[in-house]
Amino acid sequence: MKKNSFLGYRRSNGSVGCRNYVAIIPVDDLSNAACEGVSSLVRDTLPLSHPYGRLQFGADLDLFFKTMIGTGANPNVAAAVVIGIEPNWTEKIVEGIAKTGKPVEGFSIERSGDFKTIERAARAAKSMVQTASELQREPADVSEIILSMKCGESDTTSGLASNPTVGRTTERLIAAGSTMLFGETSELTGGEQFVAERMKTPALKKKFMQIFDSYAKFIEDQGADLLGSQPTQGNIRGGLTTIEEKAMGNIQKIGRAKVDGVLYPAEAPNGKGLHFMDTSSAAAEAVTLFAAGGSIAHFFPTGQGNIIGNPIIPVIKLSANPITVSTMSEHIDVPVDKILTLEQTLDQAADSLMEMLLRTLSGRLTAAEAMRHREFVLTKLYRSA
Amino acid sequence: MKPQFLVHDAKDNVGVAVTDIKSGEKLSGACLEDGSRISLEAKDAIPLGHKVALSAFKKGENVTKYGVVIGHTTQPISKGQHVHVQNVKSNRWSQ
Repeated sequence: MKKNSFLGYRRSNGSVGCRNYVAIIPVDDLSNAACEGVSSLVRDTLPLSHPYGRLQFGADLDLFFKTMIGTGANPNVAAAVVIGIEPNWTEKIVEGIAKTGKPVEGFSIERSGDFKTIERAARAAKSMVQTASELQREPADVSEIILSMKCGESDTTSGLASNPTVGRTTERLIAAGSTMLFGETSELTGGEQFVAERMKTPALKKKFMQIFDSYAKFIEDQGADLLGSQPTQGNIRGGLTTIEEKAMGNIQKIGRAKVDGVLYPAEAPNGKGLHFMDTSSAAAEAVTLFAAGGSIAHFFPTGQGNIIGNPIIPVIKLSANPITVSTMSEHIDVPVDKILTLEQTLDQAADSLMEMLLRTLSGRLTAAEAMRHREFVLTKLYRSA
Repeated sequence: MKPQFLVHDAKDNVGVAVTDIKSGEKLSGACLEDGSRISLEAKDAIPLGHKVALSAFKKGENVTKYGVVIGHTTQPISKGQHVHVQNVKSNRWSQ
């Protein structure tokens, strides 16, 4: 097979996915039971239960719709069934997903009840699963896909080795024409000027700083003194001296790449290259937003051992902490601890991550997938009405 | 020989201990960027993950790690000494 190529699923809108799910999407908390009911009747369906979708309003409601539609529209989803308590919001999500051209059907529970809804939705899901089962993987190139990255439970080994491994791989993927997403607005605090300097245009720099400043103000308005309390006592014990140093460890993930775009949460990039997305630094929230923005696979470097997965995109985990690699081996896809002993160079580590990416894109299950880690977590901006 | 400390970038003036280092220990380090080797003698005990000075600093000099300035010295530091909150502060705001 050609360098940088893999076997993926080509969707009718030209996008390429690496998984072939029939998603069963609840519009709201009340519809989780029906979605799980459908999933228990029809094999190879993926229910995406969540606790929200009622009485949200304003920007929080917009983000909710963007996330649900983006999730259903993700190229890893072959087809989707949407179930909501009432028809209006259900139809809004169905219409959003339908723009991709993939099969999608909506069902509402009012005036039917769970039983009749489950029966109708299960019939639709069964037909979608049968159709999806006939789709074949075809050769595709990394230049056709969106990937994302975010670290968690970081320690000094993250800044030294696992984040730079992702950085080196990111540089290669961007040179090969891939689209890549990074985020973690709060974790950039203290290093935001370094990210701002990577923006390709003054307009992007301005947009990035507006997003960052609005986050900093939000923290301040909550009465928290994040800036003054960073680095934390735990970070200082681990050897981190200043907030700039802490942020730079995180920023290693983008290598020396320049930033081509700045996105709001769950927004899809409108061009190739590296894009910053405004996200929380909580692992599952950020990965859920990246997937809604179109990422089909995710790099997750960890120090102390964050075990996150996602229902629709494979999360590839790497660690350079020898203790994590040995005590939590079932969670780590790519160990890179040999960098610390100079038995492996950064380029060799990037080679092994690249190889694991291509195998994963062609269908190999990640540790998190094999272990049923399916953390689907919506970002909520404020309380509902 | 396994290194006791690593340096991220050729421009850095501090390295990071990858093992617990004793004061007076003769150290071998390596730069991750270009693979070059660096030898020095530890003047302090330096715990795993903490920084060691690769050169002498005057008070008020910038400390460079990852190829960028991460703070400034609040007192002179000798080559081989422990570089941390006791002798370095952020350039972003007064802590």
